[in-house]
Amino acid sequence: MSNIDDKNVLLDVKNLNVEFKLKNGTVRAVDNISFQVGKGEFLAIVGESGCGKSVTALSLMRLLPRIADISADHIKFDGVDISKVTESEMRKLRGRRISMIFQEPMTSLNPVLTIGDQLTEPLLTHLEMSEKEANARTIELLGMVGIPEPEKRLTQYPHQFSGGMRQRVMIAIGLACEPDLIIADEPTTALDVTIQAQILELLKDISSRLGVAVIMITHNLGVVAAYADRVNVMYAARIVEQGDANQIFEKPSHPYTIGLLRSVPRMDKPRGGRLATIDGLPPNLMSPPVGCRFKPRCPLAGDACDNVPVLETQHGKEDHLAACFFTDKASKDGSTIYLAETSTHSSAEINKENPLLVVDGLEQYFSVSFRSGWLSNTSGTVKAVDGVSFEVYPGQTVGLVGESGCGKTSVGRAILHLNKATGGKMQFNDVDLNSNSVALVRQDMQVIFQDPFSSLNPRMTIGEILEEPLKVHNIVLDPQEREEKISDLLLKVGLYPYMRERYPHELSGGQRQRVGIARALSMEPKLIICDEPVSALDVSVQAQIINLLEDLQRELGIAYLFIAHDLAVVKHISHKVIVMYLGKIMEFGEGDDLYSNPRHPYTRALMDAAPIPDPQIERNRVKIVLKGELPSPLNPPKGCVFSSRCNFVTDACRAEMPQLQECGNEHQAACIKLDELENA
Amino acid sequence: MSTPTTNTTADQAYTKPARRSVWDFVRQQPLGSIGIIMIVIMMLAAIFAQQVSPYNPEDVDFEASPAFGGGAPSIAHLLGADAFGRDILSRLIHGARTALSIGFLSALFGCSIGAIIGTSSAFFGGKIDLLVQRFIDLMLSFPIIILAIIVIAIFPKTVVAGIDINVIIAIAIPFIPKTARVIRSQALAVVTLPYVDAARANGFSSRRIIFRHILPNVTAPFLIMMTALIGQAILLEASLSYLGLGVVEPTPSWGLMLSGVNADYYRTAPWMIIYPGLAVSIAVFSFNLFGDSLRDWLDPKLKL
Repeated sequence: MSNIDDKNVLLDVKNLNVEFKLKNGTVRAVDNISFQVGKGEFLAIVGESGCGKSVTALSLMRLLPRIADISADHIKFDGVDISKVTESEMRKLRGRRISMIFQEPMTSLNPVLTIGDQLTEPLLTHLEMSEKEANARTIELLGMVGIPEPEKRLTQYPHQFSGGMRQRVMIAIGLACEPDLIIADEPTTALDVTIQAQILELLKDISSRLGVAVIMITHNLGVVAAYADRVNVMYAARIVEQGDANQIFEKPSHPYTIGLLRSVPRMDKPRGGRLATIDGLPPNLMSPPVGCRFKPRCPLAGDACDNVPVLETQHGKEDHLAACFFTDKASKDGSTIYLAETSTHSSAEINKENPLLVVDGLEQYFSVSFRSGWLSNTSGTVKAVDGVSFEVYPGQTVGLVGESGCGKTSVGRAILHLNKATGGKMQFNDVDLNSNSVALVRQDMQVIFQDPFSSLNPRMTIGEILEEPLKVHNIVLDPQEREEKISDLLLKVGLYPYMRERYPHELSGGQRQRVGIARALSMEPKLIICDEPVSALDVSVQAQIINLLEDLQRELGIAYLFIAHDLAVVKHISHKVIVMYLGKIMEFGEGDDLYSNPRHPYTRALMDAAPIPDPQIERNRVKIVLKGELPSPLNPPKGCVFSSRCNFVTDACRAEMPQLQECGNEHQAACIKLDELENA
Repeated sequence: MSTPTTNTTADQAYTKPARRSVWDFVRQQPLGSIGIIMIVIMMLAAIFAQQVSPYNPEDVDFEASPAFGGGAPSIAHLLGADAFGRDILSRLIHGARTALSIGFLSALFGCSIGAIIGTSSAFFGGKIDLLVQRFIDLMLSFPIIILAIIVIAIFPKTVVAGIDINVIIAIAIPFIPKTARVIRSQALAVVTLPYVDAARANGFSSRRIIFRHILPNVTAPFLIMMTALIGQAILLEASLSYLGLGVVEPTPSWGLMLSGVNADYYRTAPWMIIYPGLAVSIAVFSFNLFGDSLRDWLDPKLKL
């Protein structure tokens, strides 16, 4: 089935099944899958949430809850069938020869134990090292994963580490016993692009240097392009495409793989077109569709698809399998089977006479104080937003990008007056915004939040959530009319009117985000502030929501302030892009102009860190890799705030924060070396 | 216009949930149903106390007093008799009146005000929160008796339907800071959730946000606090009788039956303590069962 030499096979999984027996039926979360991992190989398992990726990984480690029933012809790990071994033998394997890295670095470390304690634990239990040996090894490990001054950090607690650093510590723990296999379950999903690039680079480096095999689970095909040797694409508990990474990216043969690849906005292509989306959601595994499970969402589906397709070799390559009856058509017409791709982007001229929102010198300072001694307090000021100015015109989308902690969310909250700004002026529709006048414009200025799971009141039905603003603001007085308006709103955002009876927890993440959009639309606003509206969603759903936002803009002429950390998404949706760093604007300009000709070193580094879902391009890119992490906002670097991480830093940079200066048509950047860098 | 997302199987199978009936509660919450049935029985006994109790609760029968070697549970006195030879069963039945009304009403009153103060304090935050919290510290530091004296000094004695309103106020007031503390901590977590921000961004009034968006999401600790405090209220009521507040002998009350001279007989006549104690326990247990089920029943996530 594949071309890994028998000698080099580390993990050989044959016909793995995982079933969950629930009160109202059986869910087969993994359905008869087989795959192999070679020694030192990097395997990516890709698919939307709910497709069985994590269950596959957890079943290998036998970490599933008791109700799970795992069966397999064999799971051979280094020649031993681990599906048959006893629990106590399995325990010796876990952490020792197979280790796991989880998604959420914030919660996967124990907050009351020091980093040192947590790192030495596996060394003491598995390798029976002495305390002294373990300490020495721990320092070595922390150094290996790139944590500066490891001796000092041993006695620190997890809260003293940033998210990226914690994920490094997790990797160090995973590496502690020199395992043969590391399973990483969405290890970078919770991190910034710059940190994501660092972590993936580290994993790849360790895998090739120490010969450790890696199984990485992710929902984003783009992320794995540069790193994976082999790819398994899973859909609805089955593997639909499998093989060599280069092969799959070059000639994807399953419509699902093509859909996943197409729904990621590409940073290396000019802005245009709707994103291709795979309509709908993965099926409920309690009652999956008969035959090919992708049929209900597949643009190529035909009568043949009522039968179950099997994995077959593609393009005469032994190392490329796909389970579809129409693979020839799919790989030939790959770029057009998702029609949405071809429809053109309407870019109605934006009237630049009367700005809708003017932000002038916005400042949002937070004063923080903490106890530094018995009776003394130290206080400091965090300049979350420091002199930010921009305009948003009617019908325009302004993107706001930067790493987390750069102040982009604070800008949104200050405009909405959810936080009171400490300085600067704002005007909305020629009304000076302050805490009194904001009530007048509330209806014209709405917000969509990042987390679709907590942005809706769990005690209210969808109907009640949408009705409330209409009722409170006396927008629609007649109850009957209100009902109709709610139905309209639901249809407008792609939901069914009958869904009004449901509670938020009965909807999927994407559907909830649609409800959030409907709630914002109910007031017929002129501006919607979108705070990371798609970052918590799967790529296919993300594309659906982005298309929806664009459709609504075209139809209703709404302006968006689109706050996000994903540069490709921002590029896709925005007319104008603002890049922020530590509360200051580093660069802004028209979207295409800024992306094709980034002037500020920070913008370049951000763009280089964002992966492009094409291994050919990705592996040949010359990158500026950003060193380190965002400095503490309590103690920002002197002079240019970016100077501590900039590759082109000179003494002049540390003297003074440069002002924004023109460097093209409506393109400004804050760097003193713009001219020098232009040709660099 | 975008078309609705593809129907999933779950969507097609979805039917509008029917209004849930009392029967659904019984089926889904059997323990809670037992709780509410016991509460109803106690309430009926309290209402029809005259009709169901075998004796007048204040009738003294010295022959049956433990002081004269009698009073043990017998056919004549099913649960025995107290030091004055009064029938304990009759006194329990009549005492249910004060126990249920004062226990339930003061817990409800105290917890509701505490919940509102707690959520408001969490919602407004800053200086308001600080002041409210210090005031609550202050209230917690007063012994209940002192608070009760203040209440008596301020309010004239008001009796409605045989219940002294002052007693309810006096018992409820110390519950306010307790509940406010617990509810505030829960509300602090809710206040930071995006749906509260969304409500603010929609321009809703603070009152609306507190009552419509925060309070319903702190129901769980509210119901737990309330059911736990009902038992305390029943016992507190007895201690207030020292001040001439609340029920005074010879009127029957569960709290009184557990205190004072009756407690001295526990070696020779344990039934005098056991049965009233059991009555308090059963009442508290019933309210707890019912409260827990109500919490699950009201949570849309746990709807079946």
